[in-house]
Parts: sequence; C-alpha cells; structure tokens
Amino acid sequence: MTVTENPTPMGFGRMHRKEDARFVRGKGNYVDDITLPGMLHGSFLRSPYAHAKIISIDTSAAEALPGVRAVITGAVLETLKLAWMPTLSYDTQAVLATDKVRFQNQEVVFVVADNHYIARDALELIEVDYEPLPVVADAKQALAAGAPVIRDDKEGKTDNHIFDWAAGDKEKTDAIFADSEVVVTQDILYPRVHPSPLETCGAVADFDKVSGKLTIYSTTQAPHAHRTIYALVAGLPEHKLRVISPDIGGGFGGKVGIYPGYVLAIVGSIVTGKPVKWMEDRNEHLTSTAFARDYHMRGEIAATKDGKIRALRVDVLADHGAFNGTAQPTKFPAGFFHIFTGSYDLEAASCNVTGVYTNKAPGGVAYACSFRITEAAYLVERMVDVLAFELQMDPAELRMKNLIQPEQFPYTSPTGWEYDSGDYPRALRLAMDMVGYDKLRVEQAEKLQRGEHMGIGISFFTEGVGAGPRKHMDILGLGMADGAELRVHPTGKAVLRLSVQTQGQGHETTFAQIVAEELGISPDDIDVVHGDTDNTPFGLGTYGSRSTPVSGAATAIVARKVRDRAKIVAAAMLEVSTDDLEWEKGKFFVKGDPDQAKTIQEIAMGAHSSLELPEGVEGQLDATTVYNPPNLTYPFGAYICVVDVDPATGQVKVRRFIAVDDCGVRINPMIVEGQVHGGLADGVGMALMQVMAFDEDGNHLGASLMDYLLPTSLECPSWELGETVTPSPHHPIGAKGVGESATVGSPAAVVNAVLDALKPYGVRHADMPLTPSNVWRAIQGNPIRTDLAIE
Amino acid sequence: MQITVTVNGESHTRDVEPRLLLVHFLRNELGLTGTHWGCDTSNCGVCTVSLDGVPVKSCTVLAVMADGKQVGTVEGLERADGLDPVQQGFVQCHGLQCGFCTPGMLITARALLNKNPDPSETEIREAISGQLCRCTGYENIVRSVRWAAENEAKEVTA
Repeated sequence: MTVTENPTPMGFGRMHRKEDARFVRGKGNYVDDITLPGMLHGSFLRSPYAHAKIISIDTSAAEALPGVRAVITGAVLETLKLAWMPTLSYDTQAVLATDKVRFQNQEVVFVVADNHYIARDALELIEVDYEPLPVVADAKQALAAGAPVIRDDKEGKTDNHIFDWAAGDKEKTDAIFADSEVVVTQDILYPRVHPSPLETCGAVADFDKVSGKLTIYSTTQAPHAHRTIYALVAGLPEHKLRVISPDIGGGFGGKVGIYPGYVLAIVGSIVTGKPVKWMEDRNEHLTSTAFARDYHMRGEIAATKDGKIRALRVDVLADHGAFNGTAQPTKFPAGFFHIFTGSYDLEAASCNVTGVYTNKAPGGVAYACSFRITEAAYLVERMVDVLAFELQMDPAELRMKNLIQPEQFPYTSPTGWEYDSGDYPRALRLAMDMVGYDKLRVEQAEKLQRGEHMGIGISFFTEGVGAGPRKHMDILGLGMADGAELRVHPTGKAVLRLSVQTQGQGHETTFAQIVAEELGISPDDIDVVHGDTDNTPFGLGTYGSRSTPVSGAATAIVARKVRDRAKIVAAAMLEVSTDDLEWEKGKFFVKGDPDQAKTIQEIAMGAHSSLELPEGVEGQLDATTVYNPPNLTYPFGAYICVVDVDPATGQVKVRRFIAVDDCGVRINPMIVEGQVHGGLADGVGMALMQVMAFDEDGNHLGASLMDYLLPTSLECPSWELGETVTPSPHHPIGAKGVGESATVGSPAAVVNAVLDALKPYGVRHADMPLTPSNVWRAIQGNPIRTDLAIE
Repeated sequence: MQITVTVNGESHTRDVEPRLLLVHFLRNELGLTGTHWGCDTSNCGVCTVSLDGVPVKSCTVLAVMADGKQVGTVEGLERADGLDPVQQGFVQCHGLQCGFCTPGMLITARALLNKNPDPSETEIREAISGQLCRCTGYENIVRSVRWAAENEAKEVTA
C-alpha cells in the first residue's frame, strides 16, 4: 500500500524517516550482515574465573581441528606488542590475558576458523590451567587493608586505588553544613547496569596485503576516533585505515570504546590474509562490554526548617572494574557528575569521587548517561525527596521553592557550570497540570484509608550535553569538535557529510531537515553520508547527546556558508549588488522587486556555469566547517510517575508517566518524542528490574537476558508527553539535544513514586532495582545490598 | 541432513548440520539477513519468523525442524502493490529507531492481525511482550500496529 500522510516539510517539522524504507523491508546493513569473499570467523575463549593466575595454555588440539585457521593467545600478541591496549581513560587493558585474568569472561584465546560453529568447537579443545586468586567483588572492600591487588601489571601498584577527584567549594560547603538548621544524610547506590542494545558488538576486518589498506566494519559510535586510536596504538598508517560503521542496532554508549574483539579481528585478518568477522553473543556482550554506573554515593543535604536548600555534599566510591576504561572527556575522571546540584539554586556544593579497581568488567560510562549526569540527577532528586520526607513537606512544593528562576539565566552553578537557558517552574507546573497533581494526592489519601498504596514521584533534571568546548574537552587528546561538509550539485540536489554516526537517532532525516531549513532544498533532495571515515570529515562521533548540539550546529553553519556563496552567485546572475538581495527560504530576490529572483537550484546551476563571478570568488557552492561549541547546551525536564504498589507481594505497577521535556528548538518533533519514549522505558527498567549483581567469587549474576531483565511492552505504560521550548542562546538553531534526557531524568521519578507509596511504612529510601523482593524487604524494614549476593 | 524449507513461498533444499539453528540457516545459507540474531535464549525476539503461520524465535529452532514447513520472514512481507500495512504503519507512526527489532516485530504484528484484525492496545502489548525493543519504549510500536489494523480495515471495505 502507499500512503502520503505527513508530506515532507521544507525544514523543521514532523517528517517520516528516510532510513525507514530499508529497515521495514529487512534491508538494513548491520555488521553481522556483512559477508566478504573468503571471510573467516573468530571467537573468544573466556575466563571462568574473576581473578586467577594463568599457569599454562595448551592450544594444540584446537589448532589440529580441521577448519581452524589461526589460534591467537596473549603470548602471540606480546610478540606484536599488542597484548595490552590503552583505554579511553589513559589506563591499559589486556587484549588477551597473559599473566592473569581479572574478571569473569575476560578474553583469553582467540580462534579463527572457517565458520562460527567450528570456531566454537575449537574453543572446547583448549586447555587452560588457572590458579584461582582471592577476588574483590565488592567495591567497598577494594581499598581495605590486605585486599588482593588486581593491577599488579602496573609497576609499583600496591592497592586498587585509581583516582580521587573533587569539585566545588569544600570550605564554603562545610561552613554551611556546620551552620544549618537541618542536615540529612543518605547512602544511595546506583547499581551496575548495562545498556544492552539488541545488536551486540562485532567487527569485520579486511586487510589488503597488496595495498596495505585495512578496512574495519565495526559497531562503533565514533568511527573517526577509532581510526586514530588504531593508528596510534598499532602504528598503522592512518591514511591506510578505513573504519566503517554501517547500520548500528542501538548503541546507548556501549559502542564508544574499542573492545579486544575489534583488535583481534584486525590481527586475525593480518595473520590469515583473509577478512575476519567477530560477532559476540549476548552472554559475552553483557559480561565483557561497557557497563554503566556502579556508583556508591553518600549524599548530605543542608536546608532551613522551612525547606530552603542551602548546600549539597557528596562522597562517591566509583567501581570501575578491572581496567579503567571509562569514556569521557579527559579532564573529568568522574565525567560530568559534578552537575549534581541539578536544577536548584544552592549556596554551595562539593563532591569527592574515588575510583577503584574490582574484579569486574571494565567500563563505567555508557547507557545514555551524558557522562554520569544520570548518577548526578538521580542523587539530587533522591536527596530532595529524602529532605521532603524529613521535613514532611510535599516534594513538588519543596522543588518549586528551590528551582533556579528564569531570570537567573545564564546561571553559574556552585560547581562551575554555565547553564544557558531555562524556565524550570513553567515545566514543573505543566507536568503537575497534566497529571492532575492535587487530585492525585486526594486519591492517594483515600486509597490509603482502604489499605491501598499508590505513589506519586517527581523528578526534575538538568543536563549538560554537546561536549564540548575543545579547550576543556578532549578524548585521548582529540578535541571534541566535529566537522561537516555540504556539497550542492549543479541541479540543486545536495549531499551532507557528517562525523557523527546514527544508531537509530534518525540522522539521515534530521540533518537533511536542518539543511532544508537553511537553504530551502527539500530533505528528499539531500543525502546524508555518515559512518565511513573515508567519506566524512573528522569528528568524535555520537554519544553524550552531542549530535544535534555539535554536528547540528556544524550543519546549520555549513549551510549558511553555502548560502553566503549563493548570494554572491545570485548577485552576479541578477546583475545587482549583494547588498540589494534578500533571502527568503529557497531563493534570493531583489529588494523591492520580488519577481527578480533566483532559486537555490538556479543558483547552484549558475555556480557551476560559465557565469562570470566577482574576482576572488571561485565557482560552485560547496563548503566545509568545523564546529567548536562555545559551551554545553542544557536541556531539562519535569517528570511525574504514578505507581500502584502491592505491599503483600512488593509488586510495582507503573500506572502513568508524564514527561515534560525542554530540549530547545525541535527539528523533528516525531523523532524527539521517540527518543524520549525510549529513555522513559530505560528509567522503568533501571528503577524496577535491571541490575548486574555479583557473588563473592565475582560470578556475574546477570549474564543472560533471562537474568538481566529489560522492560517489555507490559511493564511500560502509555507515555504522556508535554513540552516547553526554551532555545539555547548560543546554538545556531537553538536546539539543545535530547537523546539521553529521559534516561537521565526518569529513574528518580519511578523510585520516588515507589518510595512515596511506601512512606506509610516509614521507608525513606531503598536502592534500585525495586524488584518485588527488594520492595517487600524494604517494607519489612530489612533492606539488603542489591548489587551483591554475599551473605 | 537434507532439508527442504519453503521460505517466503520459495522452496530451498540444502544439506545442513543437525545443530544448525534456523536463524543461521536463513541468514547464512539463504542470505536473508533481515532476520537478526540477538540473545540465544529466546528473550529478545529479534530472530522472530513465522513457522507455518505462527511466530517463533528462530534462535531456538533447529533448521531441520523447519523441514517441510513454511517460513515467513520480513523479506516476504512486501506485496505487489507496495508495503504491507504493518510495514507502512511502522513508517507512519515512527515505530522503529535503530531497526534491529523491527523485522521480528513486523512478523508478530502480521500474525496478530491475521488472527485478530482489530486488536486493542492491551492485546497488541501482549502479542509483542516476548520481544524487546530498546529504542521506542513500545509506545509507537503499539500505535503502528493500531494504524495497520485501521488502514487494513479501510482497504478491505474499499
């Protein structure tokens, strides 16, 4: 059937996605869909132990299996100086274990065979002799005296300490705490979770011996950064490296770093002379690729008796796993956690974050967290509710009393952030109106009379996204600016080339709409090229909600450069001065004589013609730019969740969820709403079911989707969305970015709602995930650590 | 073992290992990569295909179990006059983002509408509850299937 609802807008507005045509036909091209002539398949033997010395590895039987083409151990990689690789946090990570294994399912041997089944058979034939070592499974024990040292590969390392990092004004904060009427302290865990996109990680490496060209198709959110890192690490010439990120089945931050599998696919291809595919399975994905959070926080809040919040103080123990592999701007080892004062106007704040090694998989910054703003937003939104509990105040009233006011923008936060724009009370009022807040409180009181427990939870978040200004922000020395190139063909059709890379965000549509808005060329006539380092300008990729704030700005600017050139060409075509021309979307016309006009398509042809142009002006309209953001953008939102809790079973049902988002100007509202929906489901998942727990031996207790529970259609309510629009003053089109807003803002709303329902039991706080058993234990006054199965 | 499987109306005879999974048979033997591989434990549903008209998770069906049967994949949905209404519904209502769960969701949606041409929101949520989506929060998938039901009904009466 054919349907023509929603015609293509000439610029911003609701528009069906250009990429859908291939996806609904099963014609997407994901890494695992790539088959090259003669391609071989690789697979890892992984460690059953979380911490063990490797005594010996015998691969002879595997090598003898017909169909096996290469067996690569850490010892082999040592000869190539590739047994270790740098992480994005200036640490090192074992590509294949040599001395010992440091987390369960760590990579030990890589087998390359004719097909995946033979590779897996060969793994069964490898004998590894391990000597188990004592395990650090609990971050709180990592710095204890006598704790086993995990990183004894690092010379002189005698403990599991990684870093201490502080922000804010400690002295001023301490002084306010010493002088405050009310001080409340709460330990809060944001447990280890995993983004788990439905496509796992994988790569196909294809080394051409003759040309020396190495092509790597991989599940990467940052193809250009990967290319440079491969060049630096392996000494490969960068112009002979091509990283292609084809269609990606969801990233959420889990596909930013470089995994051992990518490196081994490359080594496998160089060793065998054939293309090698590596595609991990779900168990491998959950247990070895980038996790998120694992923040053990102690929050303290200082306030007056009538609910004016004065200061926040936070102490964090951050579990980074066996290798410090977090992906964030270099100067910020705790990411942007120090935005933890959130949306409130405080006198002072300070935090200290201590990072430690444990015998768990590396990672830490993943899962739509905007570089740990998720942890920060959760902390402050829980602390405000804890304060409301102690003051016996309504949590909405307490928030209203402390929100930053519209006239305070641009607002400098106590920890140094420059919030660009916002109207917070308006967003919260809208959310309260949408949910019918006062009526719900009445209903809640009536229900409680009948012994029924419903809860209403509020979360107000502020994010800082679009990293970032290059003088402050880099990853491994690469400044976080992004390029864009726009080419306009003679007939007025265009191709836009971008450094960012879509994993479902709809870049092929949204970025075409930005060009359309600026030039009046239909989005249908604009092709967006991305995810291929040979065909796009350099830039750091898509994560941290940075595509629209950074590359969206680059796109608007490059289109304006084209327009400036078009003006000169139009002036020549119309034989007038450029000063006499005015722009109306899609054409230049002579002031006072609108019939004297040239469309952008006519101008494009003119720019390629023999038309004489003023001296110093080349032909054609093509332009390039690099956008270095002057500041982050600060999207915000007010979320309200309504739950019903059965105290007998601990079962939580999310009844309603209202999300008011302000992400500045919306390029394609349909796509914005879709992104918010997905993040809200994440919030329900993290609040109620998702956790990666470990036992005392470091065994992973969430190693399949039977154990690591993700929300289904039945746990999610029908989302109710609202919006306010406060443009960013420094972004060329006033957009702020939205990809992670809902994942950042929603967990606290769900948790606050559940705890609101449990208030009659005197429960002030309980840690995520609020599974039936954890809720039931909280009601019984007997909560347990949710991240450990240790008696 | 030699098996003959009819996929999207076309008969294929192959010699396969008994342990070969149906999802790998479709993807690697027949090159039908629209069906994805996601979890191995029947939890995520990106491998959902129809087997004699019933949606199944092809990661936990052996290829030999499909011998003599009819398999339907996303590549077989499009009709002579254009997209199947469920495909069009997903485009219309933004029922997909990264596209990885989409083929399986489309197969289940098609099977649901074949059985129940006018499903309620609750019935749609139940039908897709064995399949995960990490992008959409399910909202627009539900709307897409409703759109397909309503427009298919219009087609029938037209």
